[in-house]
Amino acid sequence: MLIAKFPDIDFAPHPLMTRAEKSHEQLCARVPPERLLEVMRFLRTDDRCNFEQLCDLTCIDYLNFPKARDRYGVIYSLLSITKGHRLWVKCFANDPSPQVPSVVSIWKGANWLEREVWDMFGVRFTGHPDLRRILTWEAFEAHPLRKDYPLRGRGEREDFERITRESA
Amino acid sequence: MGLALPVSPTYQASKEEYLSTKLSYLMDILREKTVNWSRKNSLWPMPFATACCGIELMATGASRYDIARFGAEVMRFSPRQCDLLICAGRVAIKTMPVLQRIYMQMSEPKWVISMGACASSGGVFDTYAVVQGVDQFLPVDVYVPGCPPRPETLLEGVMAIQRIVEKEGVRSSTERGRGMGLVIQPTIQVQVENPTAN
Ligand code: SF4
Repeated sequence: MLIAKFPDIDFAPHPLMTRAEKSHEQLCARVPPERLLEVMRFLRTDDRCNFEQLCDLTCIDYLNFPKARDRYGVIYSLLSITKGHRLWVKCFANDPSPQVPSVVSIWKGANWLEREVWDMFGVRFTGHPDLRRILTWEAFEAHPLRKDYPLRGRGEREDFERITRESA
Repeated sequence: MGLALPVSPTYQASKEEYLSTKLSYLMDILREKTVNWSRKNSLWPMPFATACCGIELMATGASRYDIARFGAEVMRFSPRQCDLLICAGRVAIKTMPVLQRIYMQMSEPKWVISMGACASSGGVFDTYAVVQGVDQFLPVDVYVPGCPPRPETLLEGVMAIQRIVEKEGVRSSTERGRGMGLVIQPTIQVQVENPTAN
């Protein structure tokens, strides 16, 4: 049914467990960013889909990943409570300014999740009402969960005001 | 008769003055000792517990270890009422301004304990977001080692603060200087019996 509605989108069974027998295959949809809002709104409102809940919204940095074509994959995990089915939606973005449309207008809970992905991966969500950093501090420049970011940072943790007994 | 000591009328007066100065000096010492003694036995800690070390800090406050034996049971969550900052746990860079503000809000004289490996050196969290030792940004008096330190170790740290209070008195931390070179030996020595046995 989904395939009939959106023939250009790549639907594939997505094994959750690769080593055990493939009993937990779930549908996975690869949606280009331009069509994301349209597809998501359909998934949320259509009577046959009814994905009321956005379980998770996260991101993967595919830098140096074998056979990867795009760098950032924003991943949505959807659950329909009434129908009892699940769906993964993946949306890919690329450097230099990765952008994905925001789904806050469809699921309100996406607000903080998108802020986290922006903070950690630097993927901009266009149309987000309040895209600020959520975990790191405001003056922080980098996006630390990117694969090319060094674990110890680039000196941000030393760059701070010092309080001595004399100045306090 | 040139050997006679010149006894001037002012000499007697200055001797009295000397005696009274000496007396007030003794009174000062006595007063300072009393103040130090009472202050060291009623430290009011400010618990800045950010991680697992905080649990151990709570255990130290609970009945089994009972920090009240050292007069430090009055944990206050307003820095204005405290004179001992116990920094227990790792401090993220985002938390550092909060910790510094708390330190600056505490009234003089004040002391700081850095509790645990994380607060003292960053511990295993050698990452971009964790302060590698609060002493980089704050003056610390006593470091309590361990991950987490056992309550006994923290009590030893509190006792070290008590010794500092006794020795250095109620001078403000500006007068005390940086004071970080202080080495305090533990009071309890571990005796190893028969180190050559087995
Ligand atoms: S020193 Fe150990 S117990 Fe204390 S905060 Fe760090 S990891 Fe936790």
